[in-house]
Amino acid sequence: MDFLNYDFMQRALLAAVLVGITAPAVGIYLVQRRQALMGDGIGHVAMTGVGLGFLLSWSPVWMATLVSVLGAIAMELIRWYGRMRGDLALAMLFYGGMAGGVMLINLAPNGSNANLTSYLFGSLSTVSESDVTAIIVLAAFVVLVTLGLRRQLFAVSQDEEFARVTGLPVRALNLLTAITAAVTVTVAMRVVGLLLVSALMVVPVAAAQQLTRSFAATFAIAVAIGVTVTIGGTVTSYYQDVPPGATIVLLTIGAFIALTALATPLARRRARALAAAQPSTDPAECAIPASRGTDGKVSV
Amino acid sequence: MIDPMEDGMTEPVISLRGVRAELGSRPVLRGIDLTVGHGEVVALLGANGSGKSTAVRSVIGQVPVSAGEIELFGTARARFRDWSRVGYVPQRTTAAGGVPATVGEVVSSGRLSRTRFGVFRKADHAAVRHALELVGMADRVKDSVNALSGGQHQRVLIARALASEPELLIMDEPMAGVDLASQEVLARTLREQVAAGATVLLVLHELGPLEPLIDRAVVLRDGCVLHDGPPPKAVGQHALPGHDHVHPHAAHDAEPIRTGLLS
Repeated sequence: MDFLNYDFMQRALLAAVLVGITAPAVGIYLVQRRQALMGDGIGHVAMTGVGLGFLLSWSPVWMATLVSVLGAIAMELIRWYGRMRGDLALAMLFYGGMAGGVMLINLAPNGSNANLTSYLFGSLSTVSESDVTAIIVLAAFVVLVTLGLRRQLFAVSQDEEFARVTGLPVRALNLLTAITAAVTVTVAMRVVGLLLVSALMVVPVAAAQQLTRSFAATFAIAVAIGVTVTIGGTVTSYYQDVPPGATIVLLTIGAFIALTALATPLARRRARALAAAQPSTDPAECAIPASRGTDGKVSV
Repeated sequence: MIDPMEDGMTEPVISLRGVRAELGSRPVLRGIDLTVGHGEVVALLGANGSGKSTAVRSVIGQVPVSAGEIELFGTARARFRDWSRVGYVPQRTTAAGGVPATVGEVVSSGRLSRTRFGVFRKADHAAVRHALELVGMADRVKDSVNALSGGQHQRVLIARALASEPELLIMDEPMAGVDLASQEVLARTLREQVAAGATVLLVLHELGPLEPLIDRAVVLRDGCVLHDGPPPKAVGQHALPGHDHVHPHAAHDAEPIRTGLLS
């Protein structure tokens, strides 16, 4: 545990834990509304923010927050007014954001592509005091929204049309989701990097789904996986001198594979328990849907 | 309570006057009038593309209206805020989203309109439970919606609409893709709601097992009201024997066995 003696590692671990909490907490709503790649789109847009930060000699973290929030709002408005198909709008933001970032950082006097790389793929050793302050403030906002408004966000992400008829401010909640996702991207930027942010929003949720039946349990397990892999990846990168972002993402995918393997016998046992709990019904009738359900789990 | 339209004492629950709507540049509603009185059960019928879904979705504000007036409980729809009085069942084949959710979690979102800032009290949990009892799904509250059959999905969607204890139920094709056992449960649920004084506006492809409940049918064709009056008698293919053996009264005794087979 000697790594705890270094200031930079303390900051890195704190940032990693906050990312491990916030990324899946927002990601679950994106997965629920089947916009799993939205985080990736925002990540690309945030590149322009980083470039702008270098050019204007502002904090790249705050600049990236500002630009990605604006990008997320633009994405939501495009979706709302339906002027363009959702996937095309996303593609525009992907490439526009990326190109804008590369261009701006090259124009910046103190910027170089080496600087950019630390934002693209994450660099724990360069997480500064002010970065940590920004990450704490932003993470607090994300946790407040994703937990405090969980029932409203669940309803809107589950069925937007129905949510409108319950009188929920659907448009405002969609914008809030987009803004929260954008904030999360910038929280995670220093740790896993902009190109890998989306993995940490989506993969823990996908992994948790292998085991769960309820939204609440999926949320809790996804956050637990997120925290485990971000801490694990950070410590590994300290000892092995490997890039933290890639390590974290590979660990997350490893967790997904492990949980999928674990879920298969679990689903079988559940199906058997279900069949046993209904002895009055024809066993042949029950066995067919039960085994179908198990197969479905495996192939996912 | 049985037929308040006749005495004309209460204001209509739903009122559409000269409503027009376009999807893109294509006119879908071309000036329709529709009134649903308190306690009435009105079926909106018509072929695919006749505008019946659009008409219902204009009532709940999901489709922008280019002309005409829409009122809910006597209030212009744009100013209507009392959404807990309305239970809506959208046209869906599934209640599931991209993340696993339990039956209880999905139905709970129908109760949000009765809560302050989404904080659930004892009465709210009880209402969710009661809504599930109404559709015979109370024993499935902790099950994932992914594990349900098509008919059970529809029962969950209806329980979600009932969770706010609405006075008005708006349902878009609630019987589409629903197995017989669930059709009977739905018909019974609806009958109980109507007996308790609920007003119902239904989009239906055919009258089917709900026929005995329906007071009035409005038939649309090409965005215009073609017929507004007693439900039309089934003709042609719909009058064949296969279509009337699902009447709810016949189902009543057989119902427990059927639910057992399903679950």
